[in-house]
Amino acid sequence: MRSSVGNPADEKRGMNLTLRIWRQKGPSVKGRMVTYEVTDISPDMSFLEMLDVLNEQLILSGDEPVVFDHDCREGICGSCGLMINGTAHGAGVAAPGRTTTCQLHMRKFKDGDTIDVEPWRASAFPVIKDLAVNRGALDRIIQAGGYVSVPTGTAPDAHAVPVPKKDADAAFDAATCIGCGACVAACPNASSMLFTAAKVSHLGLLPQGQPERNDRVVNMVAQQDREGFGGCTNIGECSAACPKGISMENISRLNHDLLGALRAGARPKS
Amino acid sequence: MPLDLFTVGDPIADTKAPMDVPIGERWSTRRFRARLVNPANRRKLTVIVVGTGLAGGSAAATLGEAGYRVKSFWYQDSPRRAHSVAAQGGINAAKNYRNDGDSVHRLFYDTVKGGDFRSRENNVHRLAEVSNSIIDQCAAQGVPFAREYGGLLDNRSFGGAQVSRTFYARGQTGQQLLYGAYQALERQMAAGNVEQYARTEMLDLIIVDGRARGIVARDLVTGEVSTHFADAVVLATGGYGNVFYLSTNAKGSNATAIWRAHKRGAYMANPCYTQIHPTCIPVKGDYQSKLTLMSESLRNDGRVWVPKERGDARDPREIPEGDRDYYLERIYPAFGNLVPRDIASRQAKNVCDEGRGVGPNGLGVYLDFSDAMERLGRPAIEAKYGNLFDMYAQITGEDPYETPMRIYPAVHYTMGGLWVDYDLQSTIPGMFVIGEANFSDHGANRLGASALMQGLADGYFVLPNTINDYLADGPFEKVDDSHPAAAEALAGVQDQVQRLLNINGTRTPASFHRELGRLMWDLCGMERSEESLRKALDRIPEIRQEFWTNLKVSGDWTSINPTLEHAGRVADFIELAELMCVDALHRNESCGGHFRAESQTPEGEALRDDENYAYVAAWEWTPEGAPPVLHREALEYEYVHLAQRSYK
Amino acid sequence: MVTVTHSGQRRTPKAAKTNSVFKKVVMAVSGIILVLYLIAHMIGNLKVFAGRESFNHYSEWIRTIGEPAVPSQTTLWIIRIVLLAAVIAHFWAAVSLWRQARRARPERYVSKKAVAQSYASRTMRWGGVIVLLFIIWHILDLTVGAVNPDGADSTPYDRLVASFQNPFITAFYVLALLLLGMHLRHGIWSATQTLGQSNKRRERTVNAFAIAFATLLTVGFLIVPFSVLFNIVD
Ligand SMILES: Cc1cc2nc3c(=O)[nH]c(=O)nc-3n(C[C@H](O)[C@H](O)[C@H](O)COP(=O)(O)OP(=O)(O)OC[C@H]3O[C@@H](n4cnc5c(N)ncnc54)[C@H](O)[C@@H]3O)c2cc1C
Ligand code: HEM
Ligand code: HEM
Ligand code: SF4
Ligand code: F3S
Ligand code: FES
Repeated sequence: MRSSVGNPADEKRGMNLTLRIWRQKGPSVKGRMVTYEVTDISPDMSFLEMLDVLNEQLILSGDEPVVFDHDCREGICGSCGLMINGTAHGAGVAAPGRTTTCQLHMRKFKDGDTIDVEPWRASAFPVIKDLAVNRGALDRIIQAGGYVSVPTGTAPDAHAVPVPKKDADAAFDAATCIGCGACVAACPNASSMLFTAAKVSHLGLLPQGQPERNDRVVNMVAQQDREGFGGCTNIGECSAACPKGISMENISRLNHDLLGALRAGARPKS
Repeated sequence: MPLDLFTVGDPIADTKAPMDVPIGERWSTRRFRARLVNPANRRKLTVIVVGTGLAGGSAAATLGEAGYRVKSFWYQDSPRRAHSVAAQGGINAAKNYRNDGDSVHRLFYDTVKGGDFRSRENNVHRLAEVSNSIIDQCAAQGVPFAREYGGLLDNRSFGGAQVSRTFYARGQTGQQLLYGAYQALERQMAAGNVEQYARTEMLDLIIVDGRARGIVARDLVTGEVSTHFADAVVLATGGYGNVFYLSTNAKGSNATAIWRAHKRGAYMANPCYTQIHPTCIPVKGDYQSKLTLMSESLRNDGRVWVPKERGDARDPREIPEGDRDYYLERIYPAFGNLVPRDIASRQAKNVCDEGRGVGPNGLGVYLDFSDAMERLGRPAIEAKYGNLFDMYAQITGEDPYETPMRIYPAVHYTMGGLWVDYDLQSTIPGMFVIGEANFSDHGANRLGASALMQGLADGYFVLPNTINDYLADGPFEKVDDSHPAAAEALAGVQDQVQRLLNINGTRTPASFHRELGRLMWDLCGMERSEESLRKALDRIPEIRQEFWTNLKVSGDWTSINPTLEHAGRVADFIELAELMCVDALHRNESCGGHFRAESQTPEGEALRDDENYAYVAAWEWTPEGAPPVLHREALEYEYVHLAQRSYK
Repeated sequence: MVTVTHSGQRRTPKAAKTNSVFKKVVMAVSGIILVLYLIAHMIGNLKVFAGRESFNHYSEWIRTIGEPAVPSQTTLWIIRIVLLAAVIAHFWAAVSLWRQARRARPERYVSKKAVAQSYASRTMRWGGVIVLLFIIWHILDLTVGAVNPDGADSTPYDRLVASFQNPFITAFYVLALLLLGMHLRHGIWSATQTLGQSNKRRERTVNAFAIAFATLLTVGFLIVPFSVLFNIVD
């Protein structure tokens, strides 16, 4: 008793898949791809639910389950993130849509497919175990200036500073970055530019962000270099893989702000 | 009530709210009377804050800024991932920017009424008072709230409220508010005021000389279990809806921190109060790992219906108007599709119980936008709900522009939590509880857009003021690992970790969790009865027994091991589930989210019993084998008149 | 916030020089200088259609601009020095960013696919290197004449015709020019982005311009060798 309208899923119950998954015991141990078979995968499962199935099997056979980060499983917390068939969050599989790994569904695959699963790879994101990496570098970029200094309780009435709707909307678009790191993973240079640009844009577009605007951009960019990310050469893989569609325009805005800030004499804190 | 399930202890009462002044002055009076800590001394005082959601993040940032030394703990990799990030709808405040008659008093009134008269007036009034400062604070932090063309903040009405007092940032309000708090927190980390413990799970509370003095925590990456000490401990670890396995909570959301504090002596209040949200995407299959909320705002334009006939398997678009039952519009002509959450949820359950549910397993109802599409046009619907429609399509593979959405209720929020007084201090001196983890402000049912308000009120404005009064007695005597209390707690946690690994049975933690969740949903879910609860109480001890003899956890404890983490959380959920059922069984009335089949009006609405149950049930843990002890906190209503809710 | 108006402090300090964005700016500015030269060079080359005299005269003219006020070849050498500096700066920044990228991802993906990346953006680095090698060889060929079939003693026009009558040399030119075209197609968009001048609204225009410009320049250059190859010019 259901509507079968527009649900191609019905015809493809129970897929069998071959998974080639990166297994790595720890940060300083060499990893390798290991092949697993999973059977009877429902097309309605999410990618992570499919991995849950594999993990239940592994646990019961006494093997260690595959470690991967996840939490909300609804595409908003930014915890999850896997390279799936060579694209971040399976962007190539999900195309033309955008997705986080947790929102990629198995109906995007075919029975008999072989799927490669790897962790984000960047020296700034050391592997913790298997598919889980340490993305603390992104938090440190925020620490370098990704905030407005406003001690609790000191704010004026929210209506004291009107914000043109256009600016508020643009700031919002940039602010939706979930910090997943897919941009870094997808970028051939392993650059965190899109992430940093999203933050710089979000605050830079609002009147509240103006007083610290120059220092913010200078320090955040300096920090991302310090963390060992690559430099951006405007390739655009980041934006194509970004689950929130953060646009390249933000990178241009960062560059613009940075040049302006340097000209105005802002210098990174060492 | 048979005494084998629990015993009754002394009543309990809040002693901190200044009752000698009118309600509108109590918060300022309390702030005035609370002792202060001089800035030079703050450096010498350490506060542990567990959790970085709206509550914990805002509290840690504010305390750090105030000059305390803060240690912040959370289990994800970044503070920005706390589940507050998932809140969609918005946050309330009594700004009255719309000049539609809102006021602190009205927000206070609506919240007490919405909570079905099971919350404490003083706390709710304070919440309404500080609500406005929250919006100011967040706007100043750069939270990109929705704006109107004039550049001022936009508001919408939410969850059946008659005024427009909900501030929002598209469908991602929680995310944006959390990022504001997160940035403030990162700023304090950069300044060296807040020490960070990412991917670290609190597993026990350390009590020394009757005061909370620290926690035992496990570094989830190295597996190392260690102690952390402070002058006060703040828990902001969120809700425990995952006791139902399937809920709108994050996979990692857990009861572990509050449950273990409960086992150390903190009372657990109203654990049976859970909120079931009516508009979630229905369950697909056994492998389902979580449920996804579709914002409540969809009910503004969508119409809810099921076929009139049981087993009508036609394509919904081919079912003529005459064969459809728009049951909410039929039963509640005044509010129609906009009735409060608990009512909408229960009615959905009722029609499905009658066999008129839709979807693969008959657990779903249609939410139909075809009228709205005709009236407003597809572009308008796209602009309003585009992201939700996309999410729906992505998850279900069906196109909601073409065919009606299917929705079903799901566990969403837990109003119960650790008991706290007006200062947000638990029954353990020095342990404070904020956000969804405490029981405080929502009574038996939370209004939409009020949880974000409460989390930030607690974290930015309430706790940082009230904790001073406690810390004014500090710094307390130094403690370290050599203290017997610390050593005992540490060893206890290490033992449990070993025990979980050693059972080596045949069932995974997830399989126990699924079984428990299923049972709770069926027997202690949207509708509870003496019979169902008794059945649950028979079954849960068996599950616990099997858990501790037949669990299988692979791997070891020396590196990241999600199965091990999950096992520990499931162990706590099993114990908590039992207390929830006891609480639900003892409360022989219906109120808010707690619907007892035995207590309903002739029309099938929740029927409160104010005579006997106008109290907070605060439960004291007793060692295994002995029944829990009930402490009642009587609820007095000075300013709001007790009345039966009516949405007809 | 530091707002310094004192001009002495407006230089970019040490710390910022290692900044990846600074490298990109160097790249963009030097790239633009090279582009400007290429525009002039392409127009100059088209004089080949005006015949041997005209072309040789143009070559002569370049060497005598400003005479007698300045010594012979002054302007040419200024141009050469600026170009050399631009190439060196461009090359330094490119190599430095390249190395930074390699350090940033020491462990390669087992499988990696591009989603958006254009062929042009993917070939920037090796394409750039090939163009550089081309330039060196090209100077030895047409300016110095060391590797030219007609040798160093001939006129520019003869050297040019001699080179392009050889299909292998022409093929090499064509390859280098196609790579250059792609380099510029991505480079122009990239420079706009690097200098902070791009946005959503302009994005399409910038891209369209980049494609048009790169095509025009490539075709403009290619006409010459093909004309020689097919004996339109001899
Ligand atoms: C899908 C969804 C939508 C919602 N929409 C709205 C809405 O529109 N409006 C509204 O007002 N409310 C909404 N709510 C409710 C609201 O979001 C939550 O009640 C609120 O955000 C809880 O905040 P918190 O700070 O108490 O806890 P959380 O944000 O859950 O944070 C918990 C923190 O504690 C940490 N933690 C937990 N356990 C441990 C442990 N054992 N050791 C160490 N750290 C631990 C976690 O790492 C995390 O940092 C929604 C809830 C959900 C699930
Ligand atoms: C098919 C296309 C080209 C033709 C026909 C051509 C022709 C010539 C000729 C005839 C000269 C010698 C001029 C003289 O000595 O008076 C020359 C010099 C030069 N060309 Fe080209 N060229 C072409 C493409 C290019 C390209 C693509 C580049 C750069 C990327 C380039 C860079 C140079 C440089 C740097 C010099 C030396 C200028 C100097 O210092 O004297 N040329 N070219
Ligand atoms: C010397 C050999 C060269 C190398 C190794 C090289 C390499 C590169 C690289 C790696 C980039 C940056 C890639 C990117 O932004 O995506 C780049 C950009 C660019 N190059 Fe080159 N290039 C070379 C020669 C040239 C020449 C001869 C020209 C012009 C005629 C040129 C013009 C440009 C321009 C305009 C840019 C854009 C600058 C920017 O990205 O901001 N390059 N080059
Ligand atoms: S910019 Fe996009 S891809 Fe990068 S961290 Fe943010 S959301 Fe993820
Ligand atoms: S893919 Fe990389 S090069 Fe820049 S535009 Fe994106 S960060
Ligand atoms: S698990 Fe939260 S975004 Fe995927």
